[in-house]
Amino acid sequence: MIDTIPWILLPLGGFIALTAAIGVLRFPDFYSRLHPAGTGDTLAQLLVLLGLLPLVTAWEDGAKLVMVTVLLFVTTPTATHAISQAAHLEGLRPWTRKEESDG
Amino acid sequence: MNPVLIASVLVLIGLALVLIRTLRGPGVFDRILGVNMIGTKAVILLCLLGFLEDRGGFLDIALLYALINFVGTIAILKFVEFRRLGA
Repeated sequence: MIDTIPWILLPLGGFIALTAAIGVLRFPDFYSRLHPAGTGDTLAQLLVLLGLLPLVTAWEDGAKLVMVTVLLFVTTPTATHAISQAAHLEGLRPWTRKEESDG
Repeated sequence: MNPVLIASVLVLIGLALVLIRTLRGPGVFDRILGVNMIGTKAVILLCLLGFLEDRGGFLDIALLYALINFVGTIAILKFVEFRRLGA
């Protein structure tokens, strides 16, 4: 049972990381690119690092892995929020259908 | 076949795609977003490499990289917005 957890979580996390990267590359606008960057990366790191957790042999490695997971789970949405707020304060306007995409 | 290897290859392809957006992206905020995302993916990749090579020291580097990545993003944003890093 515990051997199948990495086989489920690690490829799923890698797939979501790839999906988030494709979204950041393909979406038409800065504010829409924030969405895969914030949510996709957070979910991908959570799945990958939780999938690595059954593979640890020493307890220090497990503790470090949990610390990295909690740190990234808190800081990635915070950084994305700070970037979006800075862009909003700078006066970057959201893209609407009337204008041309800057892709 | 190894699940760690599959996840490493997928994250590496995603990192290359985000690098394209970082180099191409119009405006400074797209580039900051790309650099922040590359940092997150680099932390994931460092953890995966530590398990691939069976060396626990990679997790220390990943922890340090996660801390520096967050502080660096906030510092770059403050510099872009106020043009100085002091109080």
